[in-house]
Amino acid sequence: MAYLTDRKRANGLGSSRTGTGHFWQMQVSSVALAVLIPLFVITFGRILGAPYPEVVAYFARPLPAIITGLTLVVGLVHFKNGARVMIEDYARGTTRKALIIAATCLSYACIATGLFALVRLAL
Amino acid sequence: MVQFTLPKNSRIRTGKTWPRPQGTNVRKFQVYRWNPDDGQNPRVDTYFVDLDTCGPMVLDALIKIKTEIDPTLTFRRSCREGICGSCAMNIDGINTLACIFGLDEVKGDVRIYPLPHMPVIKDLIPDLTHFYAQHASIMPWLETRTNEPAKEWKQSIEDRAKLDGLYECVMCACCSTSCPSYWWNGDRYLGPAALLHAYRWIIDSRDEATGERLDNLEDPFKLYRCHTIMNCAKTCPKGLNPAKAIAEIKQLMVERLV
Repeated sequence: MAYLTDRKRANGLGSSRTGTGHFWQMQVSSVALAVLIPLFVITFGRILGAPYPEVVAYFARPLPAIITGLTLVVGLVHFKNGARVMIEDYARGTTRKALIIAATCLSYACIATGLFALVRLAL
Repeated sequence: MVQFTLPKNSRIRTGKTWPRPQGTNVRKFQVYRWNPDDGQNPRVDTYFVDLDTCGPMVLDALIKIKTEIDPTLTFRRSCREGICGSCAMNIDGINTLACIFGLDEVKGDVRIYPLPHMPVIKDLIPDLTHFYAQHASIMPWLETRTNEPAKEWKQSIEDRAKLDGLYECVMCACCSTSCPSYWWNGDRYLGPAALLHAYRWIIDSRDEATGERLDNLEDPFKLYRCHTIMNCAKTCPKGLNPAKAIAEIKQLMVERLV
């Protein structure tokens, strides 16, 4: 119980003066993915189910490797930002902060793992 | 986490069924009831109204129920022509104004509940204190720094036209209480109604606090909880589009960043 006025409750801690950067970043990564995903589906689809040496040779070529790498990085950065929005929607307090940290760590771990695998294939 | 189910003391039980009158044109009404003084859970009472002796709108039926059947039924109403916004409630699953929502628009039984996800004061009356405070927080008035002109603040016809579709909002809260983001984060998210009003003053050519207004809105919760779900535009009984106004605010935010 706290004797706060309605106006104080509505104002809360005021504006954080942030959010537009995050919003703009999501817009940019959405546009990038609208281009990258079809390219990735085409390049990845062409080699799907092929024997291992053929796949290694395919990803040693610059275009498939770069498209895959970019899709991986941009896609997971987009996931990180999107997951943050979802977590902010549904979780509260310390759980919210912990989940945002977890989603961020998971995204960067996936990026690192994916890039490592791609480099192993490409080199 | 957010609550997806009603707490135990808010679960709705079946209430009283009032006698059915004689007549061929009788309509069944199921109305949410809750009295803070009796310590009971909310209930849904069933009323029957003879439409041959009742006006065409849902509010007419509610007034008839209160006058002729059950005087304890509590709801807000005033202008009965969609201007005051008092009689906002959830009718047949849609947030709307009872005074301009025709009984012929409802198929089957008429189910009437208070606006969703707001604390209930009694029966169909939600507590809109926080909603009004949020509206006040966006400074819904003309802010100027220049010395006041001798006659009036001038505005071109084109600039005045920009306020159309914004100034008509009657603050009935139908939009905000239909928004899932407002349900989950209404304590911090300003909601469609307050943001529509904020945009009305941001876009006003006479207002000189545009930057300050945008500063005050730039927040992941105050503004960016809007995910363009569009329930607000769908439910607005005045046919306004708060989601578009919010999108315009976001565009202005990006405009000053990029």
